[in-house]
Amino acid sequence: MRAYLGLDVGSVSTNLVLLNENGEVVTGLYLRTQGNPIRAVQEGLAQMEKQIPAGMSIAGAGTTGSGRQLAATMVGADAVKNEITAHAVAALNELPKVQTVLEIGGQDSKIIILRQGVVVDFAMNTVCAAGTGSFLDRQAARLGVPIEEFGSLAERAQNPVRIAGRCAVFAESDMIHKQQLGYPVEDIVAGLCEALVRNYLNNVAKGKDIQAPILFQGGVAANVGMRRAFEKALGFPVIVPRYHAVMGALGAALLAKRAVAGRHSTRFRGFDVSRWRFDVSSRSCGGCGNQCEVVEILGEGKLLARWGDRCGRWSSFVLEAAGK
Amino acid sequence: MKITFPHMGHLHVPLRSFFSRLGVETVVPPPISQETMAFGTRYAPEFACLPLKVNVGNFLQAARLGADTVIMAGGIGPCRFGYYAQVEQEILRDLGVDLKMVVLEPPQGHWRELWHNLRAITGRASLKEIWRAGRLAWRKLTALDELERELHRVRAREVTPGDASRAWRQIVDWLDQAETLSETEEAAHLGRAHLAAIPLREDDDVLRVGIVGEIYTLLEPAVNLEVERVLGEMGVEVERSIYLSDWVKTNLVLHSLHLRNDREEYRLAAPYLGHFVGGHGLESISFTIRYARSGFDGVIQLAPLTCMPEIVAESILPKVSRDMGIPVITFMLDEHASEVGMRTRLEAFCDLLRERRRQKKRSQRAKELLP
Repeated sequence: MRAYLGLDVGSVSTNLVLLNENGEVVTGLYLRTQGNPIRAVQEGLAQMEKQIPAGMSIAGAGTTGSGRQLAATMVGADAVKNEITAHAVAALNELPKVQTVLEIGGQDSKIIILRQGVVVDFAMNTVCAAGTGSFLDRQAARLGVPIEEFGSLAERAQNPVRIAGRCAVFAESDMIHKQQLGYPVEDIVAGLCEALVRNYLNNVAKGKDIQAPILFQGGVAANVGMRRAFEKALGFPVIVPRYHAVMGALGAALLAKRAVAGRHSTRFRGFDVSRWRFDVSSRSCGGCGNQCEVVEILGEGKLLARWGDRCGRWSSFVLEAAGK
Repeated sequence: MKITFPHMGHLHVPLRSFFSRLGVETVVPPPISQETMAFGTRYAPEFACLPLKVNVGNFLQAARLGADTVIMAGGIGPCRFGYYAQVEQEILRDLGVDLKMVVLEPPQGHWRELWHNLRAITGRASLKEIWRAGRLAWRKLTALDELERELHRVRAREVTPGDASRAWRQIVDWLDQAETLSETEEAAHLGRAHLAAIPLREDDDVLRVGIVGEIYTLLEPAVNLEVERVLGEMGVEVERSIYLSDWVKTNLVLHSLHLRNDREEYRLAAPYLGHFVGGHGLESISFTIRYARSGFDGVIQLAPLTCMPEIVAESILPKVSRDMGIPVITFMLDEHASEVGMRTRLEAFCDLLRERRRQKKRSQRAKELLP
């Protein structure tokens, strides 16, 4: 049976999804990137190989996320797409009538506006990471609340406290201040969720035409407190899809499925890649005043890709080699 | 005297030509690099906009190569650019860098001052010689602008990514080396042939995107993270609201003579913005309307972070976008702008434009099928 692999290599997490021919999720994996995307991809592939049902083979692979190029080079991908398009594709697959996608990941957040099944507008956070997963993680740890219980704790709040949410550092000092005044922890946690939602709506979603149905995706969507805060602020129900944490990878797998439709070959190198030795080196090119940082990726001692140069002097070498 | 000037796109080609014809030695600052940015961000105020920081970096690098005089343009109106030359002069003085600054600004009646400044940098050259040098420099500039438009068309359709960009670097070199008008014509001719020889794709699925915004971020590829090249290699043909020669004509020549050729821009922008807001803020509005009317797929606005005229335009553009049915995306650039982040947004923007185009075609076909 044919299956499609999607990889979403982000700053905080690396996610993998295996789809069957009907577009249903067979397996979804959520791993920490921990600053080493190569290891995360290899670890993910090794786990996926163990979980893949017998008789299923990979007919296509797609990558997305900030590490999409690297992941594509490593595993061999049929589709390489930006995370906005990947999230939109996955959202449309989940709910064809969706008009708004709120997505909050480890270090970035985005909003996608769709009408009649087409993306018409989008935005990503630019200046600040307050309100993203990393910040919530940190605050949960500081309050001694496991991140999994953070959301349900917020739900028990009677009177959410108002917290300054514009900046992660100021939000933290404001929270400490409120704790020292003796507010109950659940009110502070709920207040924090509301502050982060306010921050998101005022920055990322500024000027966007938010209409229902609304999907809430990304790791932070697991947080019931955040979902409630969005519903309260928007006045619409907010839907959290079942595979909310791996929607980017799901989109990449769907895009791979589209890319190989009608073909019987895939660029996917196979699960052996998880045992390959990868080497990365970078250096500053002295060819001109631009002094580009050129990166080289080697797999099993063989040059797979080079990038980072503006003029194509180094990256075209691999293009030529691939052409032959 | 060794003259230097700030970089802005291919401005160094006509400027070097002008001064060397007059026998004045010039030092072209090294191409904008990490070091330029590092100098600029270290010595310029943090909240100054990016052009000032890069200028300071250019000057310091040129001083190291022996430059002793800087030519800087001035300006009038609400944009902070008008004050740059003075601030830059203060920064250089504080650093103890011995660079004399000559500021050329629209005269506003002070013709004697302009003349005095011009004489300071043209030495003893006669008026006739100045005229000749000016004509040669102007021809180089217009030739480069013409070829750049062609570059944008070719780059979106090249079979091998990088062909057009490589040709362009060669063309700039040729025009830089031309010493007479006839050599310039020859270089331009060669350049056209060079671009025409690049193999192009047959299919014409090329998106057309207009780029509007602040002049410096529009014209300097090192500052806009080479947005035109990145788009071109994604199969997007770009058209820019400002080319250097247009700007020289409008701002340096016509405005100095109190003549205008921008009435049409005011007329187009009028429903949204009724007056001058400095820089090219008004043109960002009027050109978005122009592009929508000529069937472009989308518009990209570029500006340095904290650029007041473009912030005004940015807040108006969503309404223009809705009314005219053309998607618009804004990039505010500074030394922290990341190439990766911009590429992600550009890719998503192009996906959006392609999908819109497909839908339009589909609905058009549906209309044709109906009786």
